[in-house]
Amino acid sequence: MSNEEFLNAIKKAIVEGNKEKAVELAQRAIAEKMDLNAVIEKGYIPGIQKVGQLWEEGEYFLPELITSAECMKAAMEIMQPELEKSQIQMRSAGTVVIGTVEGDIHDIGKNLVSSILSANGFDVVDLGADVKLETFIEKAEEVNADLICLSALLTTTMTGQKRLIELLKEKGLYGRYKVMVGGAPVNQKWADDIGADGYSENALTAVGAAKKLTAT
Amino acid sequence: MIQTHRPKLELLSNELIQKILEEAYIILENQGVYIENEEALNLFRESGMKVDKASQRVQITAQLVEDSLSSTPPSIKMHDRTGEIEYFLGGDDVHFDPGSSTVTIMDSETQQERKAVTNDLIRFTHLTDCLEFLHFQSTGIISTDVTESVSDSYRLYIGLLYSKKPIVTGTFRIEGFEPMHRMLVAVRGSEQKLAEKPLAIFDACPSPPLKWSNLTAQSLIDSARAGIPSELISMGMTGATSPITIAGTLVQHVVENLSGLVICQLAQRGSPVIFGGCPLSFDMRRGTTPIGAIETMMIDSAYVQIGKHLGLPTHSYMGMSDAKINDAQGGFETGIGVVLAALSGVNVISGAGILDFIRCQSLEKLVIDNEICGMAYRLIKGIDQRDDPIALGLFKHFTTDTQFLSLPHTRKWYREEYTFPRLIDRDPYDIWVSKGRKSITTRAKEEVENLLQKNPPSLPDKETQKSLREIMLSDARKNGMSSLPEIDYL
Repeated sequence: MSNEEFLNAIKKAIVEGNKEKAVELAQRAIAEKMDLNAVIEKGYIPGIQKVGQLWEEGEYFLPELITSAECMKAAMEIMQPELEKSQIQMRSAGTVVIGTVEGDIHDIGKNLVSSILSANGFDVVDLGADVKLETFIEKAEEVNADLICLSALLTTTMTGQKRLIELLKEKGLYGRYKVMVGGAPVNQKWADDIGADGYSENALTAVGAAKKLTAT
Repeated sequence: MIQTHRPKLELLSNELIQKILEEAYIILENQGVYIENEEALNLFRESGMKVDKASQRVQITAQLVEDSLSSTPPSIKMHDRTGEIEYFLGGDDVHFDPGSSTVTIMDSETQQERKAVTNDLIRFTHLTDCLEFLHFQSTGIISTDVTESVSDSYRLYIGLLYSKKPIVTGTFRIEGFEPMHRMLVAVRGSEQKLAEKPLAIFDACPSPPLKWSNLTAQSLIDSARAGIPSELISMGMTGATSPITIAGTLVQHVVENLSGLVICQLAQRGSPVIFGGCPLSFDMRRGTTPIGAIETMMIDSAYVQIGKHLGLPTHSYMGMSDAKINDAQGGFETGIGVVLAALSGVNVISGAGILDFIRCQSLEKLVIDNEICGMAYRLIKGIDQRDDPIALGLFKHFTTDTQFLSLPHTRKWYREEYTFPRLIDRDPYDIWVSKGRKSITTRAKEEVENLLQKNPPSLPDKETQKSLREIMLSDARKNGMSSLPEIDYL
């Protein structure tokens, strides 16, 4: 198989949500001592970008999005240790701490954002749902995060997003971490009002927004 | 006279029902369910079930389920506030109530959503009391002018003051049960009288998949011991928190509801339980949960059919729309849902007035939906033979001049056979124009004011009002409020 065919096979595996294939090809890339960064940038990332494009076009829906993202994650998990071994730092887009705020158990959207960010090169620490505000901050400090992402699905729990930012201010940590908020009742105006750095309407715009925030 | 056939919708074959039940029993026994409530876990342990304390997981045997089903009443007699009007909750009898619990109200002037306050809650309750095809009321709206922690008791307080109808409600916090129960007892006069003539139904939702939280399990236990019917509201989102296939979601629905039913029977054998739900088909494009989707309605009808098969009173959230305004979508999603629910014989049908994924109550829609419910009632009354012979006598001496308008036979039967909706437009075109070219939403808005003004609210007697107020004030004070919102309503 030529290099081009190999990269196309990777892209196809991601677009089709074929986890076994995505993992198999990652293992082959390692076994044959290929340039892993190139394999990721020219094979896997175009794959997930195609998925994003199909979503924008209204061809792909949530199940395709999340299964393809899971493929991406699985392949990355194979290649990550190899990259670390050969001391080639995978160009991480940034470290993200994400969770659904306390009192709120909704997590499907948050899981999607988590997977997609991970698939797009972010190191994601997913704290789950019903997460205490202090826990977000503790974890962000522990992993030296670039970005804290907060999800809230209820009008009654979105105030947790506001309180987290206040908590950061109290601890003198406001500005140390970028804060992005999301969830059904959340919008740009709310994000602006509470002093969040960013807002994202869905998992795909979250990637762009997160990249913008971690680039600065 | 030939017996009138009750029109009925049945989506599942008996074979499929059996298979769904079979799998539900296997899951209950092998995988079990999570129950995050100490008391419930003890009840299971005491009845010999395998309880894993660390994971709070309970495996429930088929034998216990069967035994619990055998002690659950097949019907419930709900009563209004006076105790004199009885509503039979069983068989294929159908009772509509407004959907709950919404977070916004559709402002009558602007037709836009906004947060609700006490006055809205009173208008909503009072209006429900005036609408003849809504047999029950519900604590449909959350009032934002009281502390969040008393939202549950406060909406019940207003409900008991401004409407006589039996009330569908529920707790938002474990501590909410006590003041709410006391209010109901204050109305009835004693705990025993309340158990004998239930006035309220308490909704409890398991967390999909397969879990009863501390709050909801406690609601089941407390309600069971107080003789308050628990309405089990299994609410899987297909392909997200329940299996993607409708059949798969039905299996989960049965597991969740049966486990709740067992908790009720273990807490108090013979306690009334309603097999209900609010399952949702999850929209894979928007990530939203359409209650107006035909698939959602199919799941509703199907699990109700299973509930009836198990010999239980049933409930569902049907007859609602995801539209954000009272437009055509608002109309047809609701209409289809109401008709399917009535044909399915759902005993308690929650949904009137609802827009925007159960986020919003609209008083205009409540009035419109009342008309739809009226249509549904006529539909399920069916076609009566009426006369024996049916028509032979009418045609015996017919001539070319025969007409039916002036016949005594027509005069005798027309009011029995046909309904006379108030709000639906049947005017000839020119008259509709001369009346101002009004849409049904505009006419509904006028009808809301009309009904509220023509029918003064029926409050309980002064002594009961005082008791209710004391209980509410006490709960409010315990939660940081020094007084209740001022009520200036008439």
